[in-house]
Amino acid sequence: MKQLVAIRMDRCIGCHSCSLACARVVHKCLSWENAGIRILSSGGLSTGFLAKVCLACDPAPCAAACPTGSLKQRKGGGVTQLKKLCIQCGKCVAACPVDAIAQDRQGRPYVCIHCGSCVEFCPHDCLEMQEVEA
Amino acid sequence: MIASTFKILEVNLSTGRSTIRGMEGAATYLGGSGLAAKLHLDYAKPELAWDDPLQPLIFCVGPLTGHFPLMSKTVCAFTSPVHGQYAESHAGGRSALALRFAGLDALVVIGRAERPTVLHLGANVIEFMDAGYLWGKDALTTGKLLRRILKGSGHRTIMRIGPAGENKSAMACVNVDTYRHFGRLGGGAVMGTKNVKAIAIEGNGSLELPEGKEYGALYADIFRKVTDTDMMRKYHNLGTASNLEALNELKALPWRNLQATSDPGIEGITGQRFADDTLLRNAACSGCPVGCIHIGFVREKFDKDNQYLYRQVGYDYEPIFATGSMLGLTHAPDVLTVMDEVEKAGLDVMSGGVALAWATEALEKDVITVEHTGIELRFGEVQGYVKAVHLLAGAASEFWKLLAAGTMVAAKHYGGEDFACVLGQEMAGYATGEVFYVAQSLGLRHSHLDTGAYSYDQSNAPKDVDKALAFLLEDERERVILTSMVACLFARKVYEPDTLRECLTVLGGRELADNLDAAGTFIQKLRWQARIAGGFDPMAVKIPKRFLEVTTWKGQTDPKYLEELRRAYATAINGMRGPEKEQ
Repeated sequence: MKQLVAIRMDRCIGCHSCSLACARVVHKCLSWENAGIRILSSGGLSTGFLAKVCLACDPAPCAAACPTGSLKQRKGGGVTQLKKLCIQCGKCVAACPVDAIAQDRQGRPYVCIHCGSCVEFCPHDCLEMQEVEA
Repeated sequence: MIASTFKILEVNLSTGRSTIRGMEGAATYLGGSGLAAKLHLDYAKPELAWDDPLQPLIFCVGPLTGHFPLMSKTVCAFTSPVHGQYAESHAGGRSALALRFAGLDALVVIGRAERPTVLHLGANVIEFMDAGYLWGKDALTTGKLLRRILKGSGHRTIMRIGPAGENKSAMACVNVDTYRHFGRLGGGAVMGTKNVKAIAIEGNGSLELPEGKEYGALYADIFRKVTDTDMMRKYHNLGTASNLEALNELKALPWRNLQATSDPGIEGITGQRFADDTLLRNAACSGCPVGCIHIGFVREKFDKDNQYLYRQVGYDYEPIFATGSMLGLTHAPDVLTVMDEVEKAGLDVMSGGVALAWATEALEKDVITVEHTGIELRFGEVQGYVKAVHLLAGAASEFWKLLAAGTMVAAKHYGGEDFACVLGQEMAGYATGEVFYVAQSLGLRHSHLDTGAYSYDQSNAPKDVDKALAFLLEDERERVILTSMVACLFARKVYEPDTLRECLTVLGGRELADNLDAAGTFIQKLRWQARIAGGFDPMAVKIPKRFLEVTTWKGQTDPKYLEELRRAYATAINGMRGPEKEQ
């Protein structure tokens, strides 16, 4: 079982290619927001960029909060998503402790499903798929 | 997907009302430069002054913005305080994707707000925020405060002005997301005169993509070209700063107000020197994996006991030329120190640096005195320039006010026109020869990016007016297509016409693809018509004497070739002024 890990974010240049790839490949739209990984500048005392992305919780609070089973616990951490069961209640968004789930203006949630589609579009290997025990 | 109509948000600051309108003609105007010229022709009032509230401030993106790598630029168009005519300035940062994801092809701002205002826009927001408390704040502080005030996702652009814009300096830029700028021709003054301190745009929408695998495959193919080959290496490696050493070697780098074209002091300000001694990290415009933005650091000992502060400063070739070699500064941290002050002041770094270089030589030659400037300025002495930047941005006295209106404006008043390094506006950093001097003097944007004239000079092409003219006209036409998409011009070798046609077609823009060549020719003329509508007379353009005195690797400037090419290019531009049927 593999997980996406934003392991070298200190290399990030803020190009948003990962978010655009997730939106394009996984969610079939053009967006830097409606994606399972989103980049923002870190500000504060440190500088550079942060990735808002699923940390592969096990158990996952978002799955526990989902009333319909649209988000389900994924083996090895994180969740799987069945979009047709989603009622756009936003409970998963509120439950995520690291704000890794985006919600679009229609209320649809976007969460990383650890597919790794974004990895090849990072120009500096900030992202990696790591093997974990299921 | 590419629509056949443009979606334009028109914001009227005087009435506080906004409207969204559709405009036909995607295949004719394409977007970016083409759309900007069309909108300026529609909205601008050539009979009125540049700072009349009725004059528009326009921002346009293009049909490929956000859809492909390096399609990451925005075209800003306005009536320039430099010449009272049509002007374009281009910038990246997050501006292009923010506009695209706000669902807009163009934003047109008209009118004047009663009080200092922040315009807050997005896919589902149009807000006018009182910004009296921001007026007078520098461009960096303004950005920091607005990031705190506007709760948002980080997926937004904050385009703001500093004191230079508030004071309506013809050298005022619009600072875009800290390290990028609508730098040239005084767009910051246009925002200032509208009482707009900042425009924040949230890119909080999403767009549809075509069905099937074709689009994704083409994106991946272009992405790999950009990241896995050497095509873009120059830009993320040393960046454009690598030009410093090369141009100095060629005797084509302007030093000390272009009194020299080469200097051993280059050792302290080469691209390699900046990288070795100051480079902190690279950053990128949104949607571009190249990461050409070089951020250096400069530290300052502000107190005893080793108490230091540090600043992060974005650098590039042009800012280093303007605040380094042009001012005789040969120590990279000194150059970054001046650059940082320019950034805060909200000045265009090229115009600001060249203006201060002129003032320094004017002082040397007793054309002006310290009574005019209020401070001493000497080539190579950083502290004078640190102070002068703010005097210039603040239009602090009669002298600084005149200089803020343009180096040639001050030179006409005090004398010293011969050594004012002005080619339409303050020169870009290329003392490469006749073709460049003519190209910047007459170029639509008076920019080194209107055409690749500096490269043409360096190709050692024979002094053939017809060939040089043909190059200028065709290169401009090709670049106009790119700046209508709106591509970063660093990607011009990636986006050859066939690739552009493929990109447009895969997004459903077959009509645009089929009309691309004709649209390029049409837009090239349209932009000139927009410029000439404001009263531009290409034949009246003069090239100051200083450029005739320049000696490069090719020897001294050839006045006959310069004049013949100037007349030929001016004639060709005049030939594009006539009415053109839409293609």
